[in-house]
Amino acid sequence: MSGGAGAQGASEREGASVAPATSGRLPVRRTAKLFIAGEFPRSESGRSYEVFSHDGRLLAWAARASRKDLRDAVRAARAAQPGWAGRTAYNRGQILYRVAELMEGRRVQFEAELADAGAPDPARGVEAAIDRWVWYAGWADKIGQVLGGTNPVAGPYFNFTIPEPTGVVGIVAPPDQALLGLVSRLAPAIVSGNTAVVLASEPSPLPAVSLSEVLATSDVPPGVVNLLTGLTDELVPWLAGHMDVSAIDVTGVPEDLLPQVEELAAENVKRVHRGPAVDPFSAVAQSPYEITALMEMKTVWHPMGA
Amino acid sequence: MGEIERRATSALEEQQRVWEYSTAPESTEIVRLQDRYGLFLGGRFVEPKSGRYFVTINPATEEPLAEVAEAGEEDVDLAARTAREAWEEHWRDLPGKERAKYLYRIARALQERSREFAVLETMNNGKPIKESRDVDVPLAAAHFFYYAGWADKLEYAFPGRIPRPLGVAAQITPWNFPLLMCAWKLAPALATGNTAILKPASTTPLTALLLAEVIEQAELPPGVVNVIPGPGGRTGGWLAAHADIAKIAFTGSTEIGKVLRRNVAGTGKRLTLELGGKAANIVFEDAALDQAIEGIINGIFFNQGEVCCAGSRLFVQESVFEPLVDKLKARLDTLRVGDPLDKNTDVGAINSRDQLDKIEELVQSGIEEGAEIYQPECSLPERGFWFRPTLFTNVAQSHRIAREEIFGPVLSILTFRTPQEAVEKANNTEYGLSAGIWTEKGSRILWMADRMKAGVIWANTFNRFDPASPFGGYKESGFGREGGRHGLEPYLDLDGGNGA
Amino acid sequence: MSKAAEIERNAPGLALHAPREASRLVARVASVDAVGLEERAASLGRRSIKRGSKLWALDLAIRAMDLTTLEGVDTTGRVVSLCAKAVRPDPTDPTIPPVAAVCVYPQLVPVALGQVEGTTVKVASVAGSFPAGLGPLEARLAEIRTVVEQGAHEVDIVLNRSLFLGGRYAACFEELAAAREAAGDAHMKVILEVGELGSYDRIRQASVLAMAAGADFIKTSTGKIGSSATLPAALCMMEAARDFFRETGRRVGIKVAGGIRASKQAVQYLVLVYETLGPEWMTPERFRIGASSLLNDVLMQINKERTGRYQGPDYFTID
Repeated sequence: MSGGAGAQGASEREGASVAPATSGRLPVRRTAKLFIAGEFPRSESGRSYEVFSHDGRLLAWAARASRKDLRDAVRAARAAQPGWAGRTAYNRGQILYRVAELMEGRRVQFEAELADAGAPDPARGVEAAIDRWVWYAGWADKIGQVLGGTNPVAGPYFNFTIPEPTGVVGIVAPPDQALLGLVSRLAPAIVSGNTAVVLASEPSPLPAVSLSEVLATSDVPPGVVNLLTGLTDELVPWLAGHMDVSAIDVTGVPEDLLPQVEELAAENVKRVHRGPAVDPFSAVAQSPYEITALMEMKTVWHPMGA
Repeated sequence: MGEIERRATSALEEQQRVWEYSTAPESTEIVRLQDRYGLFLGGRFVEPKSGRYFVTINPATEEPLAEVAEAGEEDVDLAARTAREAWEEHWRDLPGKERAKYLYRIARALQERSREFAVLETMNNGKPIKESRDVDVPLAAAHFFYYAGWADKLEYAFPGRIPRPLGVAAQITPWNFPLLMCAWKLAPALATGNTAILKPASTTPLTALLLAEVIEQAELPPGVVNVIPGPGGRTGGWLAAHADIAKIAFTGSTEIGKVLRRNVAGTGKRLTLELGGKAANIVFEDAALDQAIEGIINGIFFNQGEVCCAGSRLFVQESVFEPLVDKLKARLDTLRVGDPLDKNTDVGAINSRDQLDKIEELVQSGIEEGAEIYQPECSLPERGFWFRPTLFTNVAQSHRIAREEIFGPVLSILTFRTPQEAVEKANNTEYGLSAGIWTEKGSRILWMADRMKAGVIWANTFNRFDPASPFGGYKESGFGREGGRHGLEPYLDLDGGNGA
Repeated sequence: MSKAAEIERNAPGLALHAPREASRLVARVASVDAVGLEERAASLGRRSIKRGSKLWALDLAIRAMDLTTLEGVDTTGRVVSLCAKAVRPDPTDPTIPPVAAVCVYPQLVPVALGQVEGTTVKVASVAGSFPAGLGPLEARLAEIRTVVEQGAHEVDIVLNRSLFLGGRYAACFEELAAAREAAGDAHMKVILEVGELGSYDRIRQASVLAMAAGADFIKTSTGKIGSSATLPAALCMMEAARDFFRETGRRVGIKVAGGIRASKQAVQYLVLVYETLGPEWMTPERFRIGASSLLNDVLMQINKERTGRYQGPDYFTID
């Protein structure tokens, strides 16, 4: 058994294992469900899978999403996208900042979940995730200034380039770094006005489920983030081939699946993006280019004449 | 029914259609005024070494609100040294993301305490509560929010440069937007890693002092922000001259801006100035006229016209002059002037006796120089400083009311025939802060904007502010920009080059 | 003949010109800046109307209300109840005035007339293939004539959006002028259906066309499609009416309808009218609100102002 966290009183942690309660009180077990259109449905397939801690304890059952759940999630993301993109950047920034406030309130839960997942320093992981979320929230009303601008064309025309969100983004979260890894993919995707369908880490989905609970109680509108737990290999091809998904973040896709994903993505010329292969705790793991990788550049011309 | 009775009935009926809005006063209970305010120095409120206090009043009633500490030379010296130490020990080397979180806390607190700030601002400045509530306070919070986000992203703001803070910023703010100007100054200064000494205007120190309370509650390290009220000539002067000050930011009159510029000459101190203006608001005949009227009204009567970027020179294309002026006069008649704490008040009190005297003097000159004055009939309160919304037609470019900044609710109306003429007349001034263009033709907007010498150009709108949008002037309206990515630059050393 | 027609025949102006001038008329209507308009409407909507001034407004809101029922299931019984409510909105309170009118489908006009006889409440009928307005022209005109002959005091017709948005302004104008003629002395309201017109520019153009054709009132909506009256759309119409008065001397009334359920909204519209058109429009002769459930909300608000207590719906009869 590794680390001190696993040895602590199991009954005192949420999502605790089946070890008998030492205090005589039976804890209420958690059910981990999907997060689609702001609600928590079970998989339409009625399937689930067992989630184990790094040291083999059964933590919970997580829903095993089907292709139909994924279809519903994409539909929800598409419906929510114009409204989310239509808000002012300031408003999106504020909403995302408030998500960080709520995450801060759930530190203990997140730390416990990361400990169960075998994270060597859960507290550090949670802090980094919250700070990274705040970092990205602050980009909402600045991206255009840094990565858009006017273009000095050779003629009496006013010409400007403005970055716009691409639409619905599919995200395959990395299997480890269950919170920080997820935040590093999700925050840059939605801050600009994209909506997302996220495939959570298969071995450690619980931090993602807790994050979806945070999102459900925040001001993020329903459908902006949709989260599916399940088997990565089963779901990725459906996400990669979906004709109404504009871009896919393949950071969490296993190497051997990547060629198939890119081939499937070709059918609707999906933008395929992989996050940087660096230590997620490092400063270079966050960058505004993670935001613009999922944006389109729109250029507008207008004559200048009295 | 006899003719007289019929007329009486219809007169009564007419009268019955007149709708008097009941008073709708915002309660002042939420503001807990202290009898006496100290200086905010080194993280707490202290008594001034000068031993002096001045009284600050409510310009709508002339009632005293509180006594406020006046920072003397010794106090200024202590503030500068304190801010310098705080910079070196607690702020300069703090990671950007931590600075960011302090600023987010301030932004949030401003939102939480927004009603309190709005009411206090109205009481001390005289502006209508609907403006302090809907414009000043939300924008102030937004500035802190916006710049919080830059604190840990400075390496992206200036290509090829790793920016470094300067040290201690002395920030002298005006009385027209007391709280908002504090936000415009403090937010970028703190985000970029500088510490600050704020010297609020003498007639309006109270919201700056309430902000100091918020800063205390946000647990900013002591000395990072200091608030030291006092008269501009003395406190401001000592502050600007102090050796520990690396940077001075001033918003106020062009006259004082020039004095400051002279005084810091040769010292190597960085300086930004946001001074006066005499903006041209240009309306073409193809403008969306009813909305242009709203823009003109907002341009000169928002904040009683006490705005550096006020649209104080209206240029109307001659072909649409009559209908426009008719509509304008009718619209002036609907402006509600009175108790600033009444939620339905559109135009509040002038900030001080001094300012009122200046406005009256210039208006008198307008009459004497031959312009034609129009003022709606409205009753004004007995006590307090008041001026009716005013417009002048028959104004020539050479009239004082067309050249000098009035800083009051007085609009001078001139005409033009062609776009070229409009541009020439608009630029024919030593000022260059802002301008307005009203036309439905997009290419004309861009053509005009390209030629107008103003730092902020509003097309088919006016008086719009946003923390993401840079604001500042050309020529004698000052230099440097506040807001946007450009607003970071005045607080940074960009010459240090690449590298850690 | 109606007052409107009388004025048009005596004074030259925009109204009742040749239909072929309709295109030119529409082309020279002022542009409307959407952002500026919406800001102005929102700003007026934030006026704080309290106490005495609120009671004054709520009283006018009732007096200016067209209590409406336009459903396929409107039986005689339904209309009888509606009329009782219209004449005496609150049986327990004699200070509550009757509404301005009831608004019903043509079949129910005789029923309504019978119920309001001897009171000040008028009967308004929709007519002219309401709500789409695309039946054969002769049938539409006949419908108008019929309800007027039966005794309806007012007719609410719709603008032909098919012609208008198709750019066929002359034909559109002709139809309106013919409807004006068919309505005779009855007071005619033209519904623009602002939610379908696509932009405020179009709303302003439609307003001018309808006023030029002799409308006594221009009205925002049928209440039959998803989108309803909005403050900016109403403000746009009021600004058009303001300019029309300046140019012709004729005051055209404004009716807002569709989605107005709360007293707060009614008061907001009254503020818009007051600060845009002035006291001369603050009368049921020139301002109407088409509504149904609004009436009880206004009664509740009046009671709240008088007693200081928030009210519950159980204390006010449904009809």
